[in-house]
Amino acid sequence: MQDIADHISSSLENDVVSATIGNGELTLVVRADHINNVLTFLRDDPICLFSQLLDVCGVDYPERARRFDVVYHLLSIELNQRIRVKIETDEDTPVPSAVEVFPSAGWFEREAWDMYGIFFAGHPDLRRLLTDYGFKGFPLRKDFPLTGFVECRYSEEAKRVIYEPVELKQEFRDFDFMSPWESAEYILPGDEKSDAEANGGKK
Amino acid sequence: MSEVDIKNYCLNFGPQHPAAHGVLRMVMELDGEIIERVDPHIGLLHRGTEKLIEHKQYLQAMPYFDRLDYVAPMNQEHAFVMAIEKLLGAEVPVRGQYIRVLFSEIGRVLNHILNLTTHGMDVGALTPILWGFEEREILMEFYEAVSGARLHAAYFRPGGVHQDLPKGLPERIMAWTETFPQTLADMETLLIDNRIFKQRNVDIGTITVDDALAWGFTGPMLRSVGVPWDLRKSQPYEVYDRMNFQVAVGNAGDCYDRFMLRIAEVRESVKIIRQCIEQMPEGPVMSLDNKIVPPKRAEMKTSMEALIHHFKLYTEGFKVPEGEVYAAVEAPKGEFGVYLVSDGSNRPYRCKIRAPGFAHLQAMDFMCRGHMLADAPAVLGAMDIVFGEVDR
Repeated sequence: MQDIADHISSSLENDVVSATIGNGELTLVVRADHINNVLTFLRDDPICLFSQLLDVCGVDYPERARRFDVVYHLLSIELNQRIRVKIETDEDTPVPSAVEVFPSAGWFEREAWDMYGIFFAGHPDLRRLLTDYGFKGFPLRKDFPLTGFVECRYSEEAKRVIYEPVELKQEFRDFDFMSPWESAEYILPGDEKSDAEANGGKK
Repeated sequence: MSEVDIKNYCLNFGPQHPAAHGVLRMVMELDGEIIERVDPHIGLLHRGTEKLIEHKQYLQAMPYFDRLDYVAPMNQEHAFVMAIEKLLGAEVPVRGQYIRVLFSEIGRVLNHILNLTTHGMDVGALTPILWGFEEREILMEFYEAVSGARLHAAYFRPGGVHQDLPKGLPERIMAWTETFPQTLADMETLLIDNRIFKQRNVDIGTITVDDALAWGFTGPMLRSVGVPWDLRKSQPYEVYDRMNFQVAVGNAGDCYDRFMLRIAEVRESVKIIRQCIEQMPEGPVMSLDNKIVPPKRAEMKTSMEALIHHFKLYTEGFKVPEGEVYAAVEAPKGEFGVYLVSDGSNRPYRCKIRAPGFAHLQAMDFMCRGHMLADAPAVLGAMDIVFGEVDR
């Protein structure tokens, strides 16, 4: 696995930011605008032959400047090896679509657009995929509430399905059972005096 | 007779169509009876599983996986618990691994019986489904025996399986493996040489190796073109490396091949089920690490420590070290993967579910082009689509 990582990072030194192995899996972080270059290389290079793109998905880290990760999972049947390719982007920066390289990226990218609002430039058909017709917002973003904003029901008066703002009969309860001694993120009053450095920006 | 100018027209297939296997709406552009373009509209069964999982603790998130591909529930759970175990570095006792393999294969038989028989029904054969569902009912009783639920079992837990097999169950499963091959053979004779069945399936929805790879096909869809790729063999997990079974492959890559391949897979699964029961050792079924596995009820009556562990596990849950993993199993429909990102807390930060049906359905457009309208249900049936996992 290390050999493949070395081979890729030496062949694509302009594109690859880092190549790491964690939990027995190979992860490449690459430059977002070079993603198609990397995917084409991984598919066609005789040492790699990652001929299948199995998954594309977004991950949201709202505290980062470029908040989204786009994660590609590839599989090489010839080598019996998997690889993960990650790029970073934000709400406004389009990511080049991988449809030209792997047609299977089509729906996965539509899903990432639907769920996170990650824009894929050059995608032939970037419509919403899983959400309702006319849905607004990007539900898997961390700032989207679990309950959503609208709910629908059949209205006997209007004789059709109508959409209304969500009305919760009781307050939405999101319990934090994490032990405050081990991992809570809040600062207890007075803590900042004892150790200012440990509390600053630590997650 | 003068030439009549026939315009293309659009046809809505579904969302309430019996051959759509759930809620699939396909907007088809037809030239006469020839399909020019298919645009599947999915998401009618979207429940926001991934969002819900982000708000649940790991153990609470697990039952959502039963509700993805509800035809073979335990196979989905398997991918999720494997992802958690990979992050935790937890070991599963050997007996637990055998039970997991046993029930994964029962899940595969459950799935394939449903798919084979409904595929038969889509193209006009009603009898197989009536016979097949009797067998499915027996298998679901096995599910019920171990977990208390016929479908939504929630049986695989991080660290093992929830309970040991009840007394007498291995013998019952063994007895079933004696009688089932005959039922399968009967079902086969109704279909495989049937003239209508062949007319509807042979050379329909043909794909090549390059297509299958480019579109991310896995499982029977990929094997039907002759690629012997099976995660149970190539990346063996649990005790699959101790099992003696063969990987069935097709060669033509059409609907008929996929049908035959699934029948062969059911036979292999029955073999694996028998081997599991024969080889299964005694011992614990769940890891003994009380930081992730709750203690036994009897222990809690006497041990303070066990009581504390139980309380902590069912309020706070266990914490999973920071990191990201991708765990995949050979689910009956193909590679079912879970990409799990943990931020070190007791809830998944991100859990992406890679459903095989999603990738397969995406290729519906190119597989149906140029076929007749009546071929669409056959192509769809041989793809093995279940909307629970496609829409998530």
